[in-house]
Amino acid sequence: MIELTVNGAAQRVDADEDMPLLWVLRDLLGLTGTKYGCGEALCGACTVHIDGHTVRSCVTPIRRAAGRAVTTIEGLSKAGDHPLQRAWVELGVPQCGFCQAGQIMTAAALLAENPKPTDAEIDHSLAGNLCRCGTYLRIRAAVRKVAGT
Amino acid sequence: MATGALRAPAQFAAIAEPTARSQAMFIEASRVLTHARCVNCHPPDDTPRQGDTHAPHDPPVLRGTEDRGIPALGCATCHQDRNAELARVPGAPDWHLAPRSMVWLGKSPAQICAQLKDRSRNGDRTLAQIQHHIATDRLVGWGWEPGADRAPAPGTQAQLGELVQAWIDTGAACPTEEVKR
Repeated sequence: MIELTVNGAAQRVDADEDMPLLWVLRDLLGLTGTKYGCGEALCGACTVHIDGHTVRSCVTPIRRAAGRAVTTIEGLSKAGDHPLQRAWVELGVPQCGFCQAGQIMTAAALLAENPKPTDAEIDHSLAGNLCRCGTYLRIRAAVRKVAGT
Repeated sequence: MATGALRAPAQFAAIAEPTARSQAMFIEASRVLTHARCVNCHPPDDTPRQGDTHAPHDPPVLRGTEDRGIPALGCATCHQDRNAELARVPGAPDWHLAPRSMVWLGKSPAQICAQLKDRSRNGDRTLAQIQHHIATDRLVGWGWEPGADRAPAPGTQAQLGELVQAWIDTGAACPTEEVKR
């Protein structure tokens, strides 16, 4: 059994230590907001936080999360009203939406560390999060809206 | 000598003059120090490289202030403490770029040698500390166990450690630029 905290709640999961965190979240804990994209850490759709830092959950073994705090899109705010989530709605950022949980989790980690990022800093930090719909300009605008820049 | 092997210090015994022997052993060591598994993380800029052609890292990432990436896109966002074989993502403890002062990509063995001995560019290490780092550091050791279909560096980490120790013991002489490999 592996013990960890997920979105503020203590969890004990019966999983092989090499099982990707993504499958623990989706299949064992029913948290399906985090998406499977490429499975190779190349697209960013599966991004979650461990102790506030981004990880690609598709390639992160659950042993890395043992005893630590995992935050998923479901835990970013209790009511889905995190400033980024509100900005995403207000600016109509998503199209198909598949990548957006990863985009928002990456943006949240960026703003936690750098509350007033420049356009270049936003682009660089989100460069590993792909959007097939090409919503990059709206993503950047939403991040800037929250940053107040 | 088998492909991928590294000559042992004893194989340089025929070179009687210590400085020449030291230079020859560094040239041999530089087969590792200039290998893609090593130089890809010793770039001259802020972009790690990938593969045997030193292609820019994909997805695009940056060095950051601590050589471990930038906010929300750190090396550890994707790289684990060991290789992720199914995903082909390489990994080792504390995955990070070498500091800016330690550029190896595109450098000659003579230039790398001079840099290794320069405490202003080698992390303020003594030669003994350099040897210890090369011989025991687990991130350095990844070069011989790169996973997936990546070609490992020549020899083994232990053999390189022996070669570097022998180079130090013979005066740590740097090769000249005229020496061809």
